[in-house]
Amino acid sequence: MQTIGQQLINGLSLGSIYALLALGYTMVYGIIKLINFAHGDIYMLGAFWGYYVINVLHVNFIVALLSAMVFCALVGVVIEAIAYRPLRHSPRITALITAIGVSFLLENGMSYLFTANTRNFPQVIKTVTWHFAGMRISNIQVLILVTACLLMLILELIIKKTKMGKAMRAVSVDPTAAQLVGINLNHTISFTFALGSAMAGAAGVLIGLYYNSIDPLMGMTPGIKAFVAAVIGGIGSVPGASLGGFIIGLLETAVQAIGLSAYKDAVVYVVLIVILLVLPAGIFGKNVKEKV
Amino acid sequence: MKTTLKANAVWLGVMILGFVVIDAAEFAGLVNTFIENMLVTIGINVILATGLNLIIGFSGQFSLGHAGFMAIGAYATGIITQSIATPLGFYLSMIVGIFVAIIAALIVGIPTLRLRGDYLAIATMGAAEIIRILINNLKITNGAAGLFNIPALASWATVYTIMCVTTIVTVNFIHSRGGRAVMSVREDEIAAEAMGINTTRWKLAAFVFGAATAAIGGSLHAAYIQTIAPSDFNIMASIAILIIVVLGGVGSITGTFVAAIVLGALDTILQNFGTLRMIIYSLALILIMIFKPTGLLGNWELSFKRLNHHKEVSAHE
Repeated sequence: MQTIGQQLINGLSLGSIYALLALGYTMVYGIIKLINFAHGDIYMLGAFWGYYVINVLHVNFIVALLSAMVFCALVGVVIEAIAYRPLRHSPRITALITAIGVSFLLENGMSYLFTANTRNFPQVIKTVTWHFAGMRISNIQVLILVTACLLMLILELIIKKTKMGKAMRAVSVDPTAAQLVGINLNHTISFTFALGSAMAGAAGVLIGLYYNSIDPLMGMTPGIKAFVAAVIGGIGSVPGASLGGFIIGLLETAVQAIGLSAYKDAVVYVVLIVILLVLPAGIFGKNVKEKV
Repeated sequence: MKTTLKANAVWLGVMILGFVVIDAAEFAGLVNTFIENMLVTIGINVILATGLNLIIGFSGQFSLGHAGFMAIGAYATGIITQSIATPLGFYLSMIVGIFVAIIAALIVGIPTLRLRGDYLAIATMGAAEIIRILINNLKITNGAAGLFNIPALASWATVYTIMCVTTIVTVNFIHSRGGRAVMSVREDEIAAEAMGINTTRWKLAAFVFGAATAAIGGSLHAAYIQTIAPSDFNIMASIAILIIVVLGGVGSITGTFVAAIVLGALDTILQNFGTLRMIIYSLALILIMIFKPTGLLGNWELSFKRLNHHKEVSAHE
């Protein structure tokens, strides 16, 4: 019982990181139907930004988190404007290859500029471990969970309550019709990238704090897993992405806990394939009927 | 039928000419080990990318799991030739690899080919990762360390010959009745179904065909490089093959050849740049995609049959 509770907590903290990342994938996919392969690398940039502002400028955690979000939002908007906007009307596979190119560029550019070494993330917040009913909960885990949930709530409010959010939803349903009612397509897409990248930046700082180590290639695997999470939840659906992230996080820790850590990624992919076969559009995805 | 035979004969001539040219260059000492390595890599990449192009470009199914099937071929060769270190053992291992890859492709393909577009891509990527993780944890494959000291049973000539054979077979499949059925599925699945084409069957046929060629490529890779590890066949390896297909032009076999040669040469030239190599590579990739979104050749195809046809038409006029 205690182990289950312990693993539940570990899984939820890991899952909230995946959920934050998956939100970026799902929003970008929902609006321009692009698997943004560079998203995991934006998360890496967020972690590095946090590392530098904390080490060089000695700011506190909140400032580091917020500045990383702003920085990543800017990076996301710039990437979209330079690399993806010229390809909006090209075959989708072309845009996908470009996204892979951007991902390679960010990974190798960072390795070139700052060396590929793994470095320790500064511990701005002293880790305190609470013992509660036989379980160990660190304040970092609580912080990750609370921050992630808060950010997801804010995101949900932006999408559901603001004018820009309404524009985003309109563009994702039908870009042409959205333009006809006076929505600026470019602004809306840029805003989507900014939101998604800000979430990834926050996830980067949080994971730095949690795992204590960062390197230029850290975004690759979590990026792919977060995308899997978005697909499981139903790509294009915001609550689906959060749910998918938590499912993947819990699944991974559960498989690790029963001693099969070598197979933890395989289990994630098996679940992915099974869910896709049963629910081809994911858990919350809309199943669009095909018309002739 | 006659024109097909004629076109095949012309292609055979071109291939023999290519062989003679490389052989002469080797004899004259123009090809050092460095360049030979590049040529073999290009050859293996052509085999892999032609198979993937059949799946993506001709049947229109987006597969991201090519490296998984390549791994099956590579490990079949690695394991079998360590006990039977003869050319016969090599070809036997290649056949075993093809068989296992076909079975794996059927297991993966029958359920997942119902999915569409990006969902299929992500499912095939997951399947390839499952194959890789299994190899990573099995005893017979020596786990994460991989296999080394695999007997060197593939020379550049073997790779060249097999590349020619797989290309001829693939192109002839594309131009056959089955190939047209596969392409009709790409153009419009519902219309194809209405015309009485069993879409699932032809999608699966293209997928299995592609998996078999990937296994051949993997066998050659193992026998030439002589060292294989599970990490050689990760998602990035699948993406590297995908890049060749898209760069050359989805649905153009000629484009696949051009892209494999361009990327192979680029890679060799960039070796001198050290760490800057991947940065230049990724920038080149982004720029080519932005300025030439359909790939280098689009869906243009070099065809002697068509050239011949043009000549005949003008002669009649």
